[in-house]
Amino acid sequence: MIRFDNVSKVYPKQTRPALRDVSLEVEKGEFVFLVGSSGSGKSTFLRLILREERCSHGQVHVLGKDLARVSNWKVPQIRRQLGTVFQDFRLLPNKTVGENVAFAQEVIGKSRGEIRKSVPQVLDLVGLGGKEDRMPGELSGGEQQRVAIARAFVNRPKLLICDEPTGNLDPQTSVGIMKLLDRINRTGTTVVMATHDQNIVDQMRKRVIELEKGRLVRDQARGVYGYQH
Amino acid sequence: MRAQFVLSEIGVGLRRNLTMTFAVIVSVALSLALFGGSLLMSDQVNTMKGYWYDKVNVSVFLCNKSDAESDPNCAKGAVTEDQKKEIRADLGKMTVVDKVTYESQDQAYKHYKEQFGDSPLAASLTPDQMQESYRIKLKDPEKYEVVATAFDGRDGVQSVQDQKGILDNLFGLLNGMNWAARAVMALMLVVALMLIVNTVRVSAFSRRRETGIMRLVGASGFYIQAPFIMEAAVAGLIGGAVACGFLVVARYFIIDHGLALSEKLNLINFIGWDAVLTKLPLILATSLLMPALAAFFALRKYLKV
Repeated sequence: MIRFDNVSKVYPKQTRPALRDVSLEVEKGEFVFLVGSSGSGKSTFLRLILREERCSHGQVHVLGKDLARVSNWKVPQIRRQLGTVFQDFRLLPNKTVGENVAFAQEVIGKSRGEIRKSVPQVLDLVGLGGKEDRMPGELSGGEQQRVAIARAFVNRPKLLICDEPTGNLDPQTSVGIMKLLDRINRTGTTVVMATHDQNIVDQMRKRVIELEKGRLVRDQARGVYGYQH
Repeated sequence: MRAQFVLSEIGVGLRRNLTMTFAVIVSVALSLALFGGSLLMSDQVNTMKGYWYDKVNVSVFLCNKSDAESDPNCAKGAVTEDQKKEIRADLGKMTVVDKVTYESQDQAYKHYKEQFGDSPLAASLTPDQMQESYRIKLKDPEKYEVVATAFDGRDGVQSVQDQKGILDNLFGLLNGMNWAARAVMALMLVVALMLIVNTVRVSAFSRRRETGIMRLVGASGFYIQAPFIMEAAVAGLIGGAVACGFLVVARYFIIDHGLALSEKLNLINFIGWDAVLTKLPLILATSLLMPALAAFFALRKYLKV
């Protein structure tokens, strides 16, 4: 699903690499936590998978494709098979919940019939059945993140990338979101989640990858958060 | 791609930037109206030049039968064959003369018809009302006087005309105006392009949230850019339509009505509607493509895809 071979990333005008010689593999259907302090390279790691950046050395394979060899105009084809969820939800404030989810299908040219069928379905899945016509501003943070997850999942991606999805949420709401992500993972979708939330990592007991100053320092099956802030 | 979705995005974009859109429309309209005006002015000059303008420097017009009755220069009657031979021979002896062409009444009639074909005056003319003439090309165009003094007042010669001299002042004026129009056009064009680039930049910035999400869910680059490009194209096309309106109204009021130059200067042949109408598609196409291209290149800088 994802393979990093000796990947390094140096941003222009910076001497210290954001990632140094990282090699790892994520199998289909895995649930992986990505931990590390701020500046450890977590975001860079995710940006490389999304092909927002290209690596400086090594190779990044996602869904069996060497991203260095994917031409710019084909990048959207890859992103269609990835779902993304962010700490700040990234919903469109002037569109309803249903329209926000439908947006992900409209822009890749799905038919209206298909959209009308799949939007209520995916909203049911995330526990927001019947809230299609509400505006994002009327919803709680947890509900907004569920909308974002619904949008990420509506095109049935093979890989879900989450960048601190619970970062803005209280612990109880976070547990709900984690249950939802776990459910999505059980449908066969691979989940990679960057997080600072110690409780969640310790409870879930999934594979943990730890980065420190750009180096891979721990890769542990059924791991725990492992370090104190 | 869903047309309705794209169209609604364009509508939202144009309304959000109403003042900018208006500025783009006005500057495109002005620059293209000047562009069209300059093209029409060149047409006007070409129409007025007629058949002989670029080919000869001096024309020696010979008396015909009607001149013999009305023109004091031709009091001794229409030109005779002997007089013609003599004139031709004298022309051949002059060192300043490069080339002489004889134009018969029938040829003169034909050239006149070509130039003034659709005017009422031309319809009433017959070939024997036309003048025979010698059209002379000089080695040095400034030596017109030599020919004039040699033939003015000679029997059978109605007049000697320095045709370029008559028209050159007018053409100089028209050409000057044409260059002025082109200069202002170029300036307005730069303004229009800068406005478009800026509009696209503002537009891309105000919609960075949408475009960011579009990128994340895998919308193609073209799909993300299309609304911006079409916004610019639509604004440009409106400007182009306004420019076309300008030209049609200008032709109507300057030549046919209002100033009514065609009545006041009925010896001058003016450009017809066909000259105006054939420019309109060119202006519309330019108004559509130029802003679209400007937007496309602006997006490469301001919108990450």
